[in-house]
Amino acid sequence: MWSLLFEQTLNGLQFGVMLFLMAAGLTLVLGIMNVVNLAHGSLYMVGAYLTVAAFRWTGSYLLGVALGLGGTLVVGMIVEVVVLRALYPRDHLDQVLATFGLILFFNELVAIIWGRAALFASGPSWLSGHINLFTGSRYPMYRAAIIVVGLITAVILWYVVTRTRLGMLIRAGATNRTMVAALGINIRLLYTVVFGFGAALAGLAGLLAGPIYNVQPGMGELILIQVFVVIVIGGIGSIRGALVGAIIVGIVDTLGRAFLKPLLGTLISGPAAESAGPALASMLIYLLMAAVLAFKPQGLFPARGS
Amino acid sequence: MSNSIRVAFALTAAAAFAFAGPAAAQQKIKIGFISTFSGPQGVMGQYMKESVELAIEHLGGKVGGLPVEMVYGDDQVKPDVGVQVAEEMLKKQQVDFVSGIIWSNVMLAVVPVVTGAGKIMVGSNAGASPLAGSQCNKLYFSTSWNNDQTPEAMGKFLQDSNVNDLYVIAPNYQAGKDMVSGLKRYYKGRIVEENYTKLGQQDYQAEITQLRSKNPKAVFAFLPGGMGIQFLKQYDQAGLRDQLPLYTVYTVDEISIPAVKDAALGIYETRYWSPDLKNPANEKFVSDYKKKYGKLPVFYGAQAYDSIMLIDSGVKAVKGNLKDTNGMVAAMEKADFKSLRGPFQYNVNHHPIQNFYLLKTVKTANGDIEMHIQKTIFEKHKDSYYQECKMK
Repeated sequence: MWSLLFEQTLNGLQFGVMLFLMAAGLTLVLGIMNVVNLAHGSLYMVGAYLTVAAFRWTGSYLLGVALGLGGTLVVGMIVEVVVLRALYPRDHLDQVLATFGLILFFNELVAIIWGRAALFASGPSWLSGHINLFTGSRYPMYRAAIIVVGLITAVILWYVVTRTRLGMLIRAGATNRTMVAALGINIRLLYTVVFGFGAALAGLAGLLAGPIYNVQPGMGELILIQVFVVIVIGGIGSIRGALVGAIIVGIVDTLGRAFLKPLLGTLISGPAAESAGPALASMLIYLLMAAVLAFKPQGLFPARGS
Repeated sequence: MSNSIRVAFALTAAAAFAFAGPAAAQQKIKIGFISTFSGPQGVMGQYMKESVELAIEHLGGKVGGLPVEMVYGDDQVKPDVGVQVAEEMLKKQQVDFVSGIIWSNVMLAVVPVVTGAGKIMVGSNAGASPLAGSQCNKLYFSTSWNNDQTPEAMGKFLQDSNVNDLYVIAPNYQAGKDMVSGLKRYYKGRIVEENYTKLGQQDYQAEITQLRSKNPKAVFAFLPGGMGIQFLKQYDQAGLRDQLPLYTVYTVDEISIPAVKDAALGIYETRYWSPDLKNPANEKFVSDYKKKYGKLPVFYGAQAYDSIMLIDSGVKAVKGNLKDTNGMVAAMEKADFKSLRGPFQYNVNHHPIQNFYLLKTVKTANGDIEMHIQKTIFEKHKDSYYQECKMK
């Protein structure tokens, strides 16, 4: 029983790390630039596709990753300069409409270039093995690598945000934008850089997702809703909030799927648990979000205002 | 506007009418084909459309001896959009037949619209049980199957091979439950757990851990589309593919294989058709399809091809008189065309009585990954609902 719980927690952590990579970029953009970017999922898709294409073209996974990340960074910056700049003074509804338009644009673009069918995406052969857990069962190496990459990224982000000048500007921008601009900081450039790195983080999540999920037009929208849940729980604009929120959501969702049904089975009749368990498990993260909103409307780690 | 211009307009209009007369008299057939052409599921519609175009090519550009005009409509996997598209086809485009439709919920919404307008609907995928039973209709034909039949065949195979301790995984929606009840109609062995996952779920690692902890002897999965691709990849990465046999329905097909490649090897499916089915019509279809589109066809396409051939047989029988609906229905009931599944008969509910085969994903000598027929599970299998059909 404990070994099962351990393994499921590990699964939850891995899912949480994936959500974190997505949430980190989104929360920065939302918190600092005050832009609701629905197209964040499209950048995740772009990252996955560019990496698959570059991996195929170069034959080297690491080169594919580098080109995929760099490519998504560039795509993100172009999107910021061409589309988002016009949206900063607009209200959230306009931003939602415009970035929704971007989703449609990217989905069709990807379908035109690579076709509508799911693309074959594989990880490197040196990550195809297994790790023997002390519980006696095996864990896919690739998933372990995702956890490692995610945690390293979290540490780097923490360092950049709290220990560098860029991070200081980012935090200042999240707290009071007008003041930062008044102090003579080139806020335009800052925005482009932040958006580009947010895009690259989404691209990283996408390229990591490629070998385990489905590389297909529209792949980004499936994960985006959960990512919004994460940043609402964590607090908009806060990297720390995104990390904690993502790991909470990942673990709650995974453990809910794994243990809610047997748990309910001990309380109510078998057939009732059979139908209520899966339904409740898929609602769990939204219930959690509602609870957080009720008690801490700013999220667990609010970045702004308080 | 000067008079002379007015006269010129009047003359042009008159000329247009004069030419419109004979053009309308020259008869042609219009077929509306509804499928999903956009979004992640749009790939299925693409395969269907390609197969329809190949069917028309094989018929020399004519259906039932008449020049054909196809009208394609995208239902976006939404019943209300499907109904809207069907109504536009019937009222504005004045189509003679409607065909296609992948999803049961869309089909259930669209069939009454088409049959209500007195036109024939030829369904080429969705196999909703009510349409085979209580809601069967004289004007509705299926060139596919009833939803339950495919899992029934898998249940029969598992029962006959004395498989026990089965782990069952399916999405938590109507079709998921239907597939499992179809399986259980023939499979009487022990089921260690039925796991209903979220529809559209991406990550199955938690379920795979769960599954392994239950020590099943085999796994049954119904995870169509993208869900299947993800599950197959993750099942393989977890190292289970070689250890624990995986029996699936609507999960591994010619669309998902290119996306997962080796992760599909050794997995079983049941189906009424396969690209390697031996009959002249199918061999021609598969080789021409490969030549034209550079890939293997999928069963969605085979059914779409058959719907065009079925319409062709009906219209030929009444010598192109599209007003003779009863005559066309009577002819179509005979299923007198070269179906890609080989000859079959229609049951009283206009659903095929057909064979079901066990398929396995194998690597061919030249390295391609294909599904090959292993054995026949059911011969002339009838669906379980036709007795509820009160059609006469």
